[in-house]
Amino acid sequence: MLRKVVSAILIIIFFVLQCSVFDSLAFAGIVPNLMIILTSSFGFMCGEREGLLIGFFCGLLNDIFFGSFLGFYALLLMYIGYVNGKFSKIFYPEDIRLPLALIIVSDLSYGIICYILTFMLRGKFQFTYYFIHVILPEALYTIVVTLLLYPLVLNVNKKLEAWEKRRAQKFV
Amino acid sequence: MSPVIKKKGEKFTLPGKYLLFILTILCSAMMLVTFGTDVFNRPLNVVVGYVVIPFQQGIGKVGEWLSNRSEELVQIRELLDENARLKEEVAALTEENTLLQQDKYELNKLRELFLLDEQYSQYNKVGARIIGRDSGNWYSAFIIDKGENDGLALDMNVIAEGGLVGRITSLGPNWSKVTSIISDNSNVSAMTLSTEDNMTVSGDLKMMAEGCITFKQLMDGQDMVREGDKVVTSDISDKFLPNILIGYISSIDKDANNLTKSGQIVPAVDFEHLGEVLVITDRKKTADPVPE
Repeated sequence: MLRKVVSAILIIIFFVLQCSVFDSLAFAGIVPNLMIILTSSFGFMCGEREGLLIGFFCGLLNDIFFGSFLGFYALLLMYIGYVNGKFSKIFYPEDIRLPLALIIVSDLSYGIICYILTFMLRGKFQFTYYFIHVILPEALYTIVVTLLLYPLVLNVNKKLEAWEKRRAQKFV
Repeated sequence: MSPVIKKKGEKFTLPGKYLLFILTILCSAMMLVTFGTDVFNRPLNVVVGYVVIPFQQGIGKVGEWLSNRSEELVQIRELLDENARLKEEVAALTEENTLLQQDKYELNKLRELFLLDEQYSQYNKVGARIIGRDSGNWYSAFIIDKGENDGLALDMNVIAEGGLVGRITSLGPNWSKVTSIISDNSNVSAMTLSTEDNMTVSGDLKMMAEGCITFKQLMDGQDMVREGDKVVTSDISDKFLPNILIGYISSIDKDANNLTKSGQIVPAVDFEHLGEVLVITDRKKTADPVPE
């Protein structure tokens, strides 16, 4: 129960931060993708189920506010969370390389899929331009922000796991 | 210890892949349904309006509170800064005022010339503040802090600094989403003020960095349209009110078909530094579909 509440609050905080605070911290009009950070880190920390649920709700929130129809970002982020969840078996909290690699790959694939489905299908074929000016800067900026936010998410998850363990012991 | 191990005695939870499958179907269904209609939009917009918008307004409030405290602490420096800023602002405003006066003079002249009786001053407007911007980097949209409860409705035009910003494309009880005209998925039917030639003004992600938007399909048989000409919303647009300033033509190219022209427009509004906008609460009157 606590996990659900904390996850919901985290999603809302990250979404609001992305829309308001990080928008004023944009470099050359590019904002980092906090939703990816949240979705994939919960994916590889807690497994595919958690990852896909967090991704689904992050995406849904994005859809409601900024999507032209519901379900697109929800579907995309859900799959990203699920795939990241596959890596939870080889994830160790001490190792920062796997999270960074996963987040950068997730953000790149998110950008490329967004480009293909919403730009290329409308006849905008200059992939290299969009890759260099939107997808790549977003991924790099996201990585920089990850270095700041990831310890926070990791800590929250640690606290949650400790709480769950205590609760489980209480009931045994 | 791997976190995926399920503890015994816990209640049944759906395995990830089945959940993924179910939610995939749900998403696809939602996409199909909401592509044409907006049945889910109503309740969802209301819910997020009460869950998320207070946070966004709260962040604004917190920022305000923090700046108030720091203002008290470094009041003198702040006041000095503010003085300098105000002086700059006075200079800027004086300049703007002269420009506006020039514009007004020009407007009066043009009004006489073109007998434009519909002007912005006659429209009813509501001020609103921007509280959030598009979370991605592909499109340009923002959220304002007024919604249905303040009398706003879908497709209302949004202006700022005397120029067109965009229109409301989605709204809840206390928020609305404005899709701006520089967004890559936006098209506006426009015309040049001087020759009344129609064209389509579209946002373009590539041009967004340079602060430009593109126009195409300008029919200009007599080669009368020049760089620097004013572009306004056209009479035939079904979403935008007529004669709202969009911007000024900065370059014109002849298309390969030798019939139409395309080029770039510098918008009248500085989209990088928008804080407050005005929503025109009058809506374009369109011919109602024939009742059956």
